[in-house]
Amino acid sequence: MNLRDVIAISKGEILTPQLSADAEIFSGCCADLMSDVLAYSRPQAVLLTGLINPQVVRTAQVADVRAIVFAHDKQPPPETLAIAVQENIFLIRSPMSMYELSGKLYAAGLRSCDADERA
Amino acid sequence: MNAPRPPTEQEKFGRHRPLTDRDAHEINRVEELSYDLKIHEIIAAEVVAIAPDAPLSDALDLLRLHRISGLPVVDEENLVGIISVEDILRALQNGEIHLPVKNYMSADPVSVRASDSIVEAIKIFTETGLGRLPVLNENKRLIGIITKGDITRGILRAVQHDYQEEEVRRYRASHLFEDIVSDRTTLVLRYAIQAGDFTHGGNASANIKRALLRLGANPQLARRCGIAAYEAEMNLIIHTAKGGVLKLEVESNEIVISAADDGPGIEDIQKVLQPGYSTASDQIRAMGFGAGMGLVNIQRTVDAMELKSAPGKGSKLIMRIAMSADDKKGAL
Repeated sequence: MNLRDVIAISKGEILTPQLSADAEIFSGCCADLMSDVLAYSRPQAVLLTGLINPQVVRTAQVADVRAIVFAHDKQPPPETLAIAVQENIFLIRSPMSMYELSGKLYAAGLRSCDADERA
Repeated sequence: MNAPRPPTEQEKFGRHRPLTDRDAHEINRVEELSYDLKIHEIIAAEVVAIAPDAPLSDALDLLRLHRISGLPVVDEENLVGIISVEDILRALQNGEIHLPVKNYMSADPVSVRASDSIVEAIKIFTETGLGRLPVLNENKRLIGIITKGDITRGILRAVQHDYQEEEVRRYRASHLFEDIVSDRTTLVLRYAIQAGDFTHGGNASANIKRALLRLGANPQLARRCGIAAYEAEMNLIIHTAKGGVLKLEVESNEIVISAADDGPGIEDIQKVLQPGYSTASDQIRAMGFGAGMGLVNIQRTVDAMELKSAPGKGSKLIMRIAMSADDKKGAL
């Protein structure tokens, strides 16, 4: 799935207009626990989360997560945005809940990050 | 008797709409370059100009000779107009190619300053549809002409330069192990981690990951090391009294990451290795950490993990990641 599709499906607002939205997203991951992001995400994934602190972006960077969608229209602080731009991690703000976001993206064909491991 | 002539390119489009904040927002690397690069850096060194009293046929000859599409018109070093192929075509249509340039030029042309960023020229090009702009120095003297082609070439050159720089850095770093001969070469990177410093939490691990990629490690290996280092770094920030040292040692067949601190130490090592065991505060949990999964994660990620601790003295966590030939994309 293209990152532009993720933006459209999540009815998202782009928080990092400086970054290119031309990216392929391979899978999705939903977590409010940073250890779970590190353990279960895959490179080029999109992370759905309710956390907005700068560590979310740091975690995403270490785990090669490509984009983050903040649920419930939560606005991250400037530090979070600054690290994201520096590390080329695309940020999106969506009015949907994490549950709805996961459902919509999954229905559109985006598979779960850890789908391979359980298969 | 002259029929009223149609407006020239410059007159027709003029200069209008300023750049809005919203426009200014849409910046990426190429756009960044359009702010970094100055006009004088990308324009041709020589400028061909013509006098206002010269016949239009001379202007046409100059355009042909230099294979360009427009000429600045200069009167005693002062820019007085610009004459383009389109203007000359109009003169040809009217059978007036013998008339002086000043009859068909666009007077008072829009110009840019040599010290401006190329974005100024881009703005004028998009706003006006003009094809070329005269470039003036600080004394208002003409020093060149800028075209859209100059901008494209200038940006392409700069982007290529960026790319080559990263390649060269990566090349130099990845040959470290080949270029330095010893019985055993070890590269050690050390990072001091402050207790409670959430603002910079993860910076050391990010740098470790970047360093490994520059050394030529494949992305999967760099990611595994980044994950292990990050969990260890957050542990130093969350659980130590005075912080500690995160260390990366790169050898020819193995990467060793260690996190050492001098207190408070761990009472029961078996307990902290249990998934979900945590002593973290609610504040730390609210940030998405401290759920008791860090060490479990590290264990999953690395090939061997060893945790040593003496209560009241300190702890040391050692993580080893073996490197296969596959992992060594470069010399690593």
